Amino acid sequence: MLELHGVHTHYGRIEALKGVTLEVRRGEIVTIIGANGAGKSTLLMTVSGNPRASAGRILFEGEDITELPTYEIVRRGISQAPEGRRIFPRMTVLENLQMGAVPNGERYFEEDVKKVFALFPRLQERMHQRGGTLSGGEQQMLCIGRALMARPKLLLLDEPSLGLAPMLVQQIFRSIVEINRSQGLTILLVEQNAYQALRIAHRGYVLATGSVVMQGTGKELLASPEVRAAYLEGGH
Amino acid sequence: MPAAARPAVPEAARFDWTRALKEAGLAAFVAFMLFLPLMGFRLVGAEGRLGLEYRPHWVVIGVVVVFFGHLLVSFLRAVRGVPAAPSGRAGPIARYINTHATWLAVAGVALAFALPFTPFANRYVVDVATTVLIYVMLGWGLNIVVGLAGLLDLGYVAFYAVGAYSYALFAQWFGLGFWEALPIAGVLAATFGILLGFPVLRLRGDYLAIVTLGFGEIIRIVLLNWYPVTRGPDGLSGIPRPTFFGLAFTRRPPEGEVAFHQFFDIPYSGLHRVIFLYYLILLLALLTNWFVLRIRKLPVGRAWEALREDEIASKALGINPTNTKLTAFALGAMFGGFAGSFFATRQGFISPESFTFIESATILAIVVLGGMGSQIGVVLAAAVIVILPELGREFEQFRMLLFGAAMVGIMVWRPRGLLASREPTIRLHAKGEGEPSG
Repeated sequence: MLELHGVHTHYGRIEALKGVTLEVRRGEIVTIIGANGAGKSTLLMTVSGNPRASAGRILFEGEDITELPTYEIVRRGISQAPEGRRIFPRMTVLENLQMGAVPNGERYFEEDVKKVFALFPRLQERMHQRGGTLSGGEQQMLCIGRALMARPKLLLLDEPSLGLAPMLVQQIFRSIVEINRSQGLTILLVEQNAYQALRIAHRGYVLATGSVVMQGTGKELLASPEVRAAYLEGGH
Repeated sequence: MPAAARPAVPEAARFDWTRALKEAGLAAFVAFMLFLPLMGFRLVGAEGRLGLEYRPHWVVIGVVVVFFGHLLVSFLRAVRGVPAAPSGRAGPIARYINTHATWLAVAGVALAFALPFTPFANRYVVDVATTVLIYVMLGWGLNIVVGLAGLLDLGYVAFYAVGAYSYALFAQWFGLGFWEALPIAGVLAATFGILLGFPVLRLRGDYLAIVTLGFGEIIRIVLLNWYPVTRGPDGLSGIPRPTFFGLAFTRRPPEGEVAFHQFFDIPYSGLHRVIFLYYLILLLALLTNWFVLRIRKLPVGRAWEALREDEIASKALGINPTNTKLTAFALGAMFGGFAGSFFATRQGFISPESFTFIESATILAIVVLGGMGSQIGVVLAAAVIVILPELGREFEQFRMLLFGAAMVGIMVWRPRGLLASREPTIRLHAKGEGEPSG
């Protein structure tokens, strides 16, 4: 469904991605783990076209989307729940969700809002509240819900567990699995919380200083001594 | 004074006399430095020469008032437990206005329509009201750019100028009337809006403000120097007045034409035209308001707000930032252009002097003072900004001083504007909940 072939990304003269090749197949949860500054978020942002890849090709359903502007990529069916949640603080929960439905012209708005509320009942309770007044966990739910409103074929999640209490992290990961199972949505998940991410992922890639250094199924990576030493031990 | 109700602190905090005295002393010193040149001297013409009159007692009175005033404020703060920096949350009055916005708006419009027929409507009152409405319209126009899209524009007056000059020039060269020129002026202003928009697409905040400021000055300087077309500092005069469906507002119309008072068979009065202009701007302003309220609920309007809130998130949601920003600039400019045409036809004479930076600053002040994005706030702020200096006329040379003090006061007590609140654009019917917001 999504293929990256030797993708390089530069921030000015700094090379953040040094030829990344990876693949996401339909229906999978694929996770990318790695340390701070490994280029995980850059990878997701590059898929969304902001910044653009400086070399290499990105294919989505066989179409080359490397040079497309972000809004066109979103319209092709790739939604991103960006790092740091980035919900619209002065808009209500409902308005935030409405903004998510922009790519499909809000044709399925009412139907999709119900789906999001079924997935995250907390959002329904708070639907007329301003986004900025939500707790961190609720904001993360809103962020994911907002991305779902576009009816994406591929959902990019950037560190959904960032800054959340362990209980909430569990809940968010459960929701991610549910989205994948019940709706068959393909998910590319970037996480620092390697243990949780690998547990729910079908496959995973380990990114270090801009290159893929390991790949395998979630179980394989969880069992791998290198991964354990580098990303799991001492963490949780 | 919009004193916000705050829970009284049960036990009065201890009052720090030394600190309060020190602060009051400092305030009195600043006041002394200001009042010495402002109030201490007065130029008087005596026997054809200018002389100076010294008024030390004025300075003393002023300084004493400031000293004790400051002391009193500190004391009240300590006693009532009022924090030094207000939270900026809506006070009871603002909250009342926000919750009853629809009602108040209807009442306000009705009042505005009735104004010329109220007993105290004389030429002066209607004229001031017309000026207020021009600023209301400009404020609403700029509100699209600054309040909704969050793009700080310090050169808004440029579009006002484009609108005014388009009408004046089209009337002069092609003999177009007000109604024919109005859409052209709007389109031209919108074009200039897009022209300004393109180079500033990547800029934000202060940088954007500087470029827009420069743009405003460029337009003014071009108007000033393009003598063959704009007649530079001499300005354009003899701009045709608007007609009421072809009926002119003159005592003696040219041969073969019928004037307004003849058609309706009423005695001629100079007030007719003033009142007509008032209604004209009222309608234009209401049109602007209607448009802004509508577009806020359309995808493009919500995209403006999303862009203001978070540009990166907006992009990630499939919003095209280029188009979104350009439409904001274009539509904001269009209303500026309409207002400019009206200004030209009302004044009958325009020159670059009417389109200086201070106008941009005033319009921006109206938007900020009203509470960014609030439509009713703009009306209140425009009324304050236009009427306050008028009320201050009795105070002669101190009126701008009072005006400044009032502005500082509003920003101290209401740092986020008179009516800082945002009406959600969508509500869902939950069981038993009210109807969707209007």
